[in-house]
This record gives sequence, C-alpha cells and structure tokens, in this order.
Amino acid sequence: MNGLTLRGVRVEYGGCAVVSSVDETLSAGEWLCLIGPNGAGKSSLLRALAGLVDFSGSVQLGGSEICGLSARELARQVAFVPQDPVLPDDMSVTDYVMLGRNPYISTFGRESAHDRDVVAGLITELSLAVYARRMLGTLSGGERQRVVIARALAQEAPVLLLDEPTSALDLGHQQHALELVDRLRRAKNLIVVSAMHDLTLAGLYSDRLLLLHQGVGVARGSAREVLRSETLAEFYGVSARVIHEQDGTVVVVPQRSHGEI
Amino acid sequence: MATPSMFATPRGGRVTWWLLGGLAVVLAAVVGLSLGPAGPTWWRVPLVLLDRLPLLSIDSGVTDAQWNIVWQIRAPRVALAALVGAMLSLAGASYQGVFRNPLVDPYLLGVAAGAGLGATIAFAVNRDATATWPINPVPIAAFIGGVVAVALTYTVGTAFGRSRSATTLVLAGVAVTSLATAVQTFVLQRNNDVVRQVYSWILGRLTSATWGDVRLVLPYIAVSAVTLLLYRRVIDVLRVGDDEARALGVNVSQVRIIVVLAATLGTSAAVAVSGLIGFVGIIVPHAVRLLMGSSNRIVLPLSMFAGAAFLIAADIPGRILTSPSETPIGVVTAFFGAPFFLFLLRVREARQ
Repeated sequence: MNGLTLRGVRVEYGGCAVVSSVDETLSAGEWLCLIGPNGAGKSSLLRALAGLVDFSGSVQLGGSEICGLSARELARQVAFVPQDPVLPDDMSVTDYVMLGRNPYISTFGRESAHDRDVVAGLITELSLAVYARRMLGTLSGGERQRVVIARALAQEAPVLLLDEPTSALDLGHQQHALELVDRLRRAKNLIVVSAMHDLTLAGLYSDRLLLLHQGVGVARGSAREVLRSETLAEFYGVSARVIHEQDGTVVVVPQRSHGEI
Repeated sequence: MATPSMFATPRGGRVTWWLLGGLAVVLAAVVGLSLGPAGPTWWRVPLVLLDRLPLLSIDSGVTDAQWNIVWQIRAPRVALAALVGAMLSLAGASYQGVFRNPLVDPYLLGVAAGAGLGATIAFAVNRDATATWPINPVPIAAFIGGVVAVALTYTVGTAFGRSRSATTLVLAGVAVTSLATAVQTFVLQRNNDVVRQVYSWILGRLTSATWGDVRLVLPYIAVSAVTLLLYRRVIDVLRVGDDEARALGVNVSQVRIIVVLAATLGTSAAVAVSGLIGFVGIIVPHAVRLLMGSSNRIVLPLSMFAGAAFLIAADIPGRILTSPSETPIGVVTAFFGAPFFLFLLRVREARQ
C-alpha cells in the first residue's frame, strides 16, 4: 500500500500563512490526529489535502504528487468529511451514499451494478440497512455521522480526512463513530488524518498526534509525548491535568483557574 | 448484494413518470388544438388528428379550411407553448440546482432585462427603418440582448469574485438587470409611442405564433435542453454544496458555467418569441418537487414535461374567456398558477 508524504506544506489566505512548513509521513493504516487551538490551521491543512484550497510544497501519495490531479482523480485518492457536512433533508440515505461513487461515474453516465454493490455493501457494513430508504432529514446525529462516513468510504480512496468528526455527537456516539473509523481503517488499511478538539479521544484512537500552533507543527508523537501539562499550557493557554493511566491511556482534565486568568 | 428495495426510485418507477409526463403533454396538446374561437367543433379535432395519423382513416367531417385553422393557427401556438413552457421550467430547475436556491428563476442573471432592452430598442427603431425588413427584428434583438446581458453578468461576476462563488454571480446579475432596465426606461422615455407595444411584449404572448417562430427557436431549445438533461446527475451532486461536490470530484465552476450558458441560450430563445412569461420557471419545478422529492435527476426531465403541458393549458383560457381580445399568457400563468401552488404547499404540509 501507498504512503502519504507531506513536505513543506504551506497554505496562505490573502498572503497570510495559516499553515507553514508541515512535514509528515504516513504509511497505510496509520491514523494521524491534528490537534491545536482554534485557528491553528487544522482545517486548512485538511482542506489543502482535499484539494479545496491551494497549497505550496509537496504532497505525495504512493510516490506521485496529488497537485496535478483533476478533481475527479483526487476524489478517488482522498475522501473528505467536513466538520459540518450538508445533508439535503429529502435525499435518501442510499442516494446520499451513492454520491461517493461520483468519481467513478462518467459525467453523463449513471451508476453501474458495481457502484450499487459497493453502496449496498457499505450500507450493510455500517448497519444502515434499516435506514436505507429513509430521508436524511429524519435521521439523528449519530445516524447522520455514520451516513456521512459511508459516503466517504464509497469513494474507495486510500486516504480518509475527517474534520472534527465527533463535534456534534454525545459521549456514546463519539465513541461509536471513532470505533467505527478505527475498525474501518484497520480493515481497509486506510490512512486517516483527522482534526479533533477532544484531546483524550484524540490520544485514545490515533497512532500519532501533530500539535499545530499558528500553522506550524510544534509537537508530534504519541499521546504520551505530546499531551503534557506544559505543552498544553503553552499552546492552548490552559491549565490542565494530564493523567497517565496504567494501560497507556492519556487523560486530559481541565483545571479550574480560580480566577487567575 | 444490492437489494432492489434499497435502490427503488421513491414513489414509482422512473419509466412510468417519463411516460406519464409525455402523456400529459399529448393530452394538453390535443385539448389546446381542439379549443379556440372559429375553427371546427371541438370534438371533431381529435378525430381529424387521428385521421391524419398513418394507417388510420376516420371521417371527421372537418373541412380543409377548418383544418387550416387547426394546423396553421392553433398548432404552431401549441407547439410554441410546449417549447417555451418546457424550456423555462427546465432552465428554472437547472438554475435552482446549480445555485442551490429554490427561489431563483431563469431570469436571474439578467436574461429578462437584457431581452427586454433588446426588444425595446427594436421596437423604437422599428417604425420606418426596419419596416421593409423581410424578418421581424424584435425576436432577434431580444435574443441578442438576453445573451449579452448574461455574458456581461458572468464576466463581471467571475472577474470580481476570485472565489467564483455563486453569490458574486447573483449580485452581478442584479447589477446588470438594473443597468439594462435603466437603459430600457431611458429609451422608452425618448420613444413614448412604443410604450404600449413594449408593455404588451413584456407581459408575454403566443398570439402571433407561426411555424416560422417554432423553427426559429427549436434548435436553441433542443441544444439547451439536451445539455441540461445530460448534466442532471452532476447537478444533483451539487446539492451537498460546492466544497463537498468538489471533494467528490465535480469541477464545480465548470459545471456551473456550462449549465448557466445552456439555460441562458434556451431561455433567451424562448423569451425572444414569447416575451417575458413569468412564474413558469419557478412554479413548475416547485410543483414537481412537492410531488416527487428534490432529486434533480427526476425534477429536471419532469419539469420539462410538466412545463410544456402547463403552458399549453395556460394558453387556452386566454384565447377563449375574453374572446375576441386576448388575455396575455403571463397574466393567466400567474392567475391560475399561484392558487395551484398554494394548494400544493398545503397538501405537502398536510402530508407531513
């Protein structure tokens, strides 16, 4: 399987760099989590990888640059789930998941039997079969998240980008969604790059963390290495207790500042 | 693996709806051919139509003179109503799709104002200079005006909006519309004598339709309609927004410009021969959506059929109720269309 390599990736909005000189190498099946305060450049980096904003530097997938790819070719390589996806109320779950097959359907063509098989397989795999003909407007938050992930997987891309995948979910559904992503990336050997605010969850599910601050990667490594009180205080401006559990889990608990801030 | 139930089109098969749409157009056309002042008794017309089909021979009792009224006066009018209605509805549905706004109509980017300006100028200079011309310059001037206005909107909208967002384009359309309307008002002020003609043109009419008009617009409408229908699946992908559609592999700005150009070409042609028939481009796609859901893969073709049938039908009261004078078709579409639309809204609310 192919790896994803970022070299000196830089994103500018109106001459102002929001991401600069990010270097990363990911191999198949690896999950990298981008963390950092609001405005650190997490979403911008994901959008650059998804081809939605221009970037300079080099992003290679399986040894070839993604820069010159058409939107269609890129969509076969990289699937992107935005923070706040648009789900048309009166589109059925099946039709929505089928949108993920767009990069494989010719502009004037229609879906093939293979496209239908892929969609039906994913709907079954993600336990969405009972919702298949329901309209998106009738689904709960957790169901919507599964449907969006199903659409991204329908692209059969080796890279899956998730921007704040759990921000709209309650504790239980956050866990379900992340377990699902974890199971799928192992089963399908996907490279996952996600942006997350919940540091405990980020450390729990991803292989590696990349802490961004003002567009620059300031800390990288395992949860134990990155999630430290001093680091969080410096870059988040927060007073937090970091607990290292015996099983290796790193728990981040905010502390009351007692009026010092 | 794919279970049929997962993929069945909601509320009936696709083919059924195409057939029903076609049937509605044929029915409306037969009624439209049968009714009107002068001509044969209404029930004889379906008979004479059957008689004219190959392999059939029916004694309809229709004289050649009466057949001429049906074929030379009513038929082009029905054909033109079908073409214009189909085009405005299809263009409206396409615009609503690519701008993801159910309230935009095919006149959004300045077609109407541009065509109105073109027609006004043609009326103003028509009197002596063009009196001896072999063809009527009004439709041509309206067509050119419409296309130029949208071209201007697109140039301005994409030059200023580096992001090529739909909003910039729509705002440019508003500006171009205002500009064209201002020039039109100025020309009208200087040529008071054509106000009545221009006003009647703006209200829309199919009164003087000839086969020549049908031949004039058919190529443009055909090219436009085929293009829009070919893009209906991609227009459906745009429902998730520009960013996500792009991430799904759609070249959004390219699709938008092709769809807008195709819809403009057809709309300009329709406006050139029929004037500004309002309301059709919004109400027909909406009615189809209320009944069938919002998938553009279904809404586009069905809007085309429903629009054709609707405008043929809307043309009938105008020529009968106030005979011998005619009620402009734009008045009829709004008068019957608005209550019907409210009825559909109510049905939908009740269903939910």
